[in-house]
This record gives sequence, structure tokens and C-alpha cells, in this order.
Amino acid sequence: MIWGVLQFPGSCDERDALHACTVATADLDPGSGAGGTSSSARNVVGGTPGPGPGVNLRSRLVWHEETDLSGLDGIVVPGGFSYGDYLRAGAIARFSPAMGAVAEFAADGGPVLGICNGFQVLCESGLLPGALLTNESTRFICRPGELIVGESESPWLSELETGERISIPFKHQSGRFFAPPEMLAEIEVNNQVAFRYAEGQNPNGSLNDIAGITNLAGNVLGLMPHPEHAVDPLAGTTDGLKIFRGPAGSPDLTAVAGATGG
Amino acid sequence: MISVRVLIRPKEGILDAQGKAVEGALPALGFEGIEHVRVGRIVELRAEDDRLLEELCEKLLANPLIEDYEIEIL
Repeated sequence: MIWGVLQFPGSCDERDALHACTVATADLDPGSGAGGTSSSARNVVGGTPGPGPGVNLRSRLVWHEETDLSGLDGIVVPGGFSYGDYLRAGAIARFSPAMGAVAEFAADGGPVLGICNGFQVLCESGLLPGALLTNESTRFICRPGELIVGESESPWLSELETGERISIPFKHQSGRFFAPPEMLAEIEVNNQVAFRYAEGQNPNGSLNDIAGITNLAGNVLGLMPHPEHAVDPLAGTTDGLKIFRGPAGSPDLTAVAGATGG
Repeated sequence: MISVRVLIRPKEGILDAQGKAVEGALPALGFEGIEHVRVGRIVELRAEDDRLLEELCEKLLANPLIEDYEIEIL
């Protein structure tokens, strides 16, 4: 599986995200030297072994001015900051050329994951419902935390069970999920909640303890905590891998990825 | 060109964390009898006319889900 990770002026988690993508799906990428099959086999350069297990040489960063996402099977809109986050977090990034291409990619059913600032960008873009406000405490928080997997049937959750408890770091200042009552009710009724903060762990005042939601189709996931910082035992948890493996493990999206990426 | 001032503020009913923090600091500084502090922002700009202002506010300057805006032509 070949990933593109967006890079805005101000992004700071894009390298961790790229690392997470490639580690999580290395066994699906012949270019990594780890065997397996790729949905974008035409991009394989002779199947030469990569520099080591778990390194995928063809997944790449996508600069915010790029509009050509062909050959990519999944997109990550990373955390950090974008264009200084003036006005509101994600408000300006929404108008970047790359986001126009991401909207088309998403409309075609391609898997898109927005983390933290990326979640804010996806909400501002209208790819996800709702908005993210300054934490109730107004403070930046950075600590380990736990999430409960929601009722969503999103392909991003194909490696997780509803009700499962996973450990994913919290690291944000504007993570308070908000939606007007009617919109919130729709999100709940349509099972678009992908993750909730575990009991007593809501760090920011998010409505209904929401930490992550999907679009109606399920292929776009926005998540405030940081799965890309949870892929190595050194970090204390590798639960993030389960999220990055989701689309590859989902029969629906593997087919879609083959269509968009091939 | 016209001079325009756009006032943007959090919608009523949505917790304004900045306003709350400012309000919380007031007693310690000796300001008494002040409540319901809300923090918004002002955007000043010049435009050829007022045609695009509404759209500009809806799409960029404000997020209508969480913010109200007022356009003032100066």
C-alpha cells in the first residue's frame, strides 16, 4: 500500500505519519523487500529489497502545492500546524491545491486520515462534519491516553472491535469537538463516531467524548489523538498500527485503492 | 474602494474558552463586577465593493458552525 502524507508549511508530524504508514503496511509493499502484493504494482521498481524491514520507499510526502495524487492508495493529512493556523486551525489549509485533490480522492472512495491539525483541516474542508475548538482548559495537553473504539463500520476500523480500548497519545490545544445538536444527533445515528475518549479521560470538553469521526461513507477518518506516535514499543504503545492497517485490511477499500491507485 | 470591518465572535451557547480564561483572571487583578467576557476578533480590509463580503465571511473569515459575524462598511 502506497501512502501520501500531506505537508503544509508548519506541519510537524508528517515524518512520524509517513513512518507509521510504511511500518504498518510494509508487508503489503513489494518495494519494501518484505514481500506481499501491492495494489499499485506498476510502481514497483524490480522488487528490489529496501534498506531494511519495514521501510517503504515509495510512500512519500505530498507538498501542499501538489495536485497529482495518482499512484497513491491512501492519504494522511498530518498534525502540527498549517499556514500558521491564522483565523482558525485548518481554515487556510483547506484552500491549498493539495486539499482540492484530496477532496476528489475522498469522493472516489480513497481512504483519508486526518490527525489533529489534519482533523481540523478535514472539518474546515467540509469532508467531515463539525468543528474543533480550543480545549476547555485553554491549555496544550501532551500525555498518554485511552480511546474506546466506536460503533462506526469504517474501513479504518477493520482491525479493531467496537468497544475495544486502545492507547494513543493526546497532544493538542484545539481538540474540543463540537457540532450543533442536529448535526451531532446525525453523527450518532449514522454511527460515524470512530473513537471516544475512555471514561473520565476526555481531555478537552469534546461533546459526547468524541475523539474521532468518519464521514458517512466511512473512508474519511478524523482523529484528534496521534496514532502515528504509537507505532513503536519504545513509545509505550503500538496501538496506532491497528488504525494505519485498517484500510489494507478492509476488503472494500483494498478494491477501491486498486481502482484509484492503479 | 470601501473600508470594511468584520466582527467575528463565538456563537452564543458555545463555551468560549478564551473568554472564560480572561474572566477568570479578572478578580486576581482587582477588576470586580465584570462577567460574560467573550473574545472574538476583528478583520479590517478594503474591497472594491461589497459583493463578495458575505461569501468571504462564510468560507474563510468565520466558521458559521461556531461563529457569528457582522459586516460593517465604514
